[in-house]
Parts: sequence; structure tokens; C-alpha cells
Amino acid sequence: MLEQWFPNVDWEKMWEATNETLYMTGVSVLATFILGILLGLLLFLTAKGNIWENKAMYSIVSAFVNIFRSIPFIILIVLLIPFTKALVGTMIGENAALPALIIGAAPFYARMVEIGLREIDKGVIEAARAMGAKTSTIIFKVLLPESMPALISGITVTAIALVGYTAMAGVIGAGGLGNLAYLDGFQRSRSDVTLVATVVILIIVFVIQMIGDLITNRLDKR
Amino acid sequence: MISIENVKKVFSTKNGKVTAVDDIDLTIDKGEIFGIIGYSGAGKSTLIRMFNGLETPSSGSVVVAGREMSKIKGRELRQARQEIGMIFQHFNLLWSRTVRDNIAFPLEIAGVAKEERLKKVEELIKLVGLEGRGDSYPSQLSGGQKQRVGIARALANDPKVLLCDEATSALDPQTTDAILDLLVDINKRLGLTIVLITHEMHVIRKICHRVAVMEAGRVVELGPVLSVFKSPEQPITKRFVQQVTELEESKETIGHLLEQFPESKVVKLTFIGESAEQPVITNLIRQFNIAVNIVQGKVSQTQNGAYGSLFVHLTGEQEELAKAVAYLDKQEVSSEVISHA
Repeated sequence: MLEQWFPNVDWEKMWEATNETLYMTGVSVLATFILGILLGLLLFLTAKGNIWENKAMYSIVSAFVNIFRSIPFIILIVLLIPFTKALVGTMIGENAALPALIIGAAPFYARMVEIGLREIDKGVIEAARAMGAKTSTIIFKVLLPESMPALISGITVTAIALVGYTAMAGVIGAGGLGNLAYLDGFQRSRSDVTLVATVVILIIVFVIQMIGDLITNRLDKR
Repeated sequence: MISIENVKKVFSTKNGKVTAVDDIDLTIDKGEIFGIIGYSGAGKSTLIRMFNGLETPSSGSVVVAGREMSKIKGRELRQARQEIGMIFQHFNLLWSRTVRDNIAFPLEIAGVAKEERLKKVEELIKLVGLEGRGDSYPSQLSGGQKQRVGIARALANDPKVLLCDEATSALDPQTTDAILDLLVDINKRLGLTIVLITHEMHVIRKICHRVAVMEAGRVVELGPVLSVFKSPEQPITKRFVQQVTELEESKETIGHLLEQFPESKVVKLTFIGESAEQPVITNLIRQFNIAVNIVQGKVSQTQNGAYGSLFVHLTGEQEELAKAVAYLDKQEVSSEVISHA
């Protein structure tokens, strides 16, 4: 029956493309999570009135984040071609998409981390200082646990954006569902291929949102 | 236990320099419950934060438990802070941790081994009366219970000093009294020095041994609670004392009486400790040809004795009234004629 409705869909290829998309999303989400939290913490801690208050440092990190957050992703990929080639050795394949994906998403997520950290009650940080906590203790036992629901819902939003980015990266040769939908679907006028690829992307997005909501609700004891 | 000398704190703001704490000297003894009262902006929050180094003085010295808090830094400061517990108006608990884990937090900071930590936490849960709530999250507790967690947490590392930053200001009157009773109990049982700041005279009256009144960064009055209640000198102190002794409604009643009987007098009698036992009112009625009408009376307990106030309305001949007032003046009971409400 599937063949009747979607005559042009090669299911094996579809499965392969799905795996490629999942791989690109998975690795870039993981890297974005770590890099974004580092940048976000740096932004939060060096901001005015905080533990590492440092105007120069804050301005530099903030400018870096703003610049990379503002460049449209499709242009960022092109701009990063020399960097990617030096790092991965090629412009084709899933791994070649990763540098652009991570550099595009981490600054975006860093801002979300900063907002999440700012929402922590200042009194709680003061209480930890009054107990004699070191900065590292404050980071790992106060800042991160207390903002975890915000960090998780932030990475959920970022992960969904990254699924979209992988599709764009796919168009210029990174593989995955975007590549399949564009080359096999659009360029060969096989709309059934495009349709199925889109539905698979939608399913991935729904699943990510579901997992994100589940973890956020589990963690939030407020 | 705590001694501060010539302490000053100046904040630079956009609108120029603001002196939050202006040249304060204080000595607080071991085992004492010391209250600092003032309206918001008086500098009491800044002052108490200097006791554990959350604020550093612009000049002067702060010595707590033998350590000069104003000079030490880094590891030494962190270690000193472990010996000074602090509780807060808004409790400042970690919502992501259970009651048990919140209380364990300062022990983790101090590097106490897990087994010992668990034992200590159970003891503290018992001490503050939170048996059975160990696995609850702060959001599942009432305000009073949250402050009990705050107190247990502050006591975890067996501190020498407990700082209370408006610890009962967010609680209802019943819960406030329960928390204050707990603080007195801890003070007696552990011999802990307690410093508290508040804007409620009720808190000072109920648990403090000595009180300092702050206004515009300075201590304007200082002394044992009972004597401050008996003879407040500064206008601000009088206002704070009135918070406890006078009810709003009685003001209206007194005003009404004086309007209706312009020739009469309303006298406020203040009884301290044993003077409350003299039959002053009986003598007043027997010796003078006047009518005595009791408007309002109240007796409050402080940590150093009872304190009572009584408002009486006297009517009669001018001459007799003058004699009666003169008689009251001679008694140990202090009296004050109120001419207008």
C-alpha cells in the first residue's frame, strides 16, 4: 500500500537519511549544550554585580555571541567553509555540517542559559556565599541545579532549531533528510519524497519536544 | 563575641555617595540575643552583612569570634563563614533540594563525610521540629516550616554566631512567635550568640536581651530591652516602643475622651518588673476625690522582666487632679500625662 501512495520513496534511503539527521542533531545538541552552558555561565558571572564582574570580558563574550547569533545560518555555513575544511577535511557528509551547526546554535543557547541563570533568586546565591561556598560549589551545586528546568527547556527549543539547521545544511551536501527532500524530492519533482521527509522531520521535532517537556516537568520542584 | 569599631560603609551610586553605615561601635557578648531595630534604609542590613563578610566596611574593623572579618579573604574567609550561620527573610532555600539535602548543603561545603552528614541532618531536623518532612521539597512547606529549614541549615556547622536578617518579617504573627520561641530555645540550649535585625518592636520585646536602635546609618540608642522600653530617649525609639504598648484604637478613644471632658486627664502608667505589684490604682482612688476610669492596659514579657502599660482617665476637681498626678509622679511607676492623642 505504501508503494501505491508513495511510488518514488526509497525507504532504505529514507531510513539512512533519518539516521544522518539524527546523528547531526544529536552530536550538535550535545556540543551546544556544553558550549552554551560555558558561554552562558561566563556571561552571567562576568555581568555587573556578579562574582566575576568584569566589564571587558563581558563585552567581548557578549559581542561574540551577538555576532554569531545574528548571521543567517545558510550564510554562516558558507562563511565557515575554510574553517570546516581545515577541521574536518571535507565539505561533504554529516561531519562537515557539525562545526557550522554548533557555532550557529551555541551562542543562541548561551543567551538562554544567561536568562535562566538570571532568574535564580539572588538570595539563594547570597545564602551559599554566607555558608562559605567556593565559586565552583556555587556553580555546580546552586547555579546549575537551580536553573536546570530553564536549561533543559532552552536546549529543547535549540534542538528543534538545530533539526531545521540540519535540513539547510543538507541542501548544500551534508546529507540527511533535508538533502533527500531537496535533491530526490524537489529537484526531481517527486513531491511524495519531499512529503515523507517532511513528516519524518515533524515526528523528530515532536519527539524532541515531548522528551524536553517530560524532563523539565520531572526536574521542576518549584 | 562580636566587636566592631568605627565601622563605616559608603556606597558610590549614580547620585553621589551614600553612607549606609556611619561610624558604629558595638560589642556583642557571647550567648547574648542582640537586636538591631530600624526602618528600612537605616543601614541595618548592611551592618549585619559585615558580620559575615558579605559586605566589607569602607573603614573600621569587624571582629567576629576572634577573626577580623574585614581583613581576611579567600579560604580563610570561607572557613570563618562556616562558623557564622545566617537566616533570611525569604528563607533562600534551594528549591531543587529536599529539606534533608538543603540542611546537608553547608555540611557538603564544609567537606563533612556522607555518613556523618546524614546523622547530623537527622539531629537538626529533630531540633527544629520537622520530623517526617525530610523528603519534602521547600515548595511543599509553609512559611514557618521553610524558616525552620533555614534555621537547621544555619546551625549545621555548629556556628558560634547566628545572624537573622528580618527572619520573621515574612511570617504571620502566630508563626513569628513560634519561630522566636525556637530561637530562644536554641540560644539557651546551645549558648549561641544571636544577632537579629528587624523593624518589629514585638520581636525585640519577645526575645532580645539588648537592643540597638538605628537611624540613618547610626546607632541612636542602645541598652537592655527593658530599660529602653521604660525610658526611650530618642523620638524614633519612642515610636518603636509605641508599636508594642499602644493600640491604634486606644488613640481614638483617648482623643474622644479628652474632647468630651476637656477638664479631665489621661495618664499613661508604665510598670516595670516589680513595680507592677504595688496597689497604685487603689491608693489613687482612696486618697483623692477623683474618678478613675481604665482605658486600656497591657502587660508584655521581655527577656529581662515584665513590662506593663496602663492608660487611666481621671476626672474630678482641678486641684484634686493636680494632686493625684503629683502622687503618681512620686511612685516607682513612671507616669506621663497625655494631653492630646
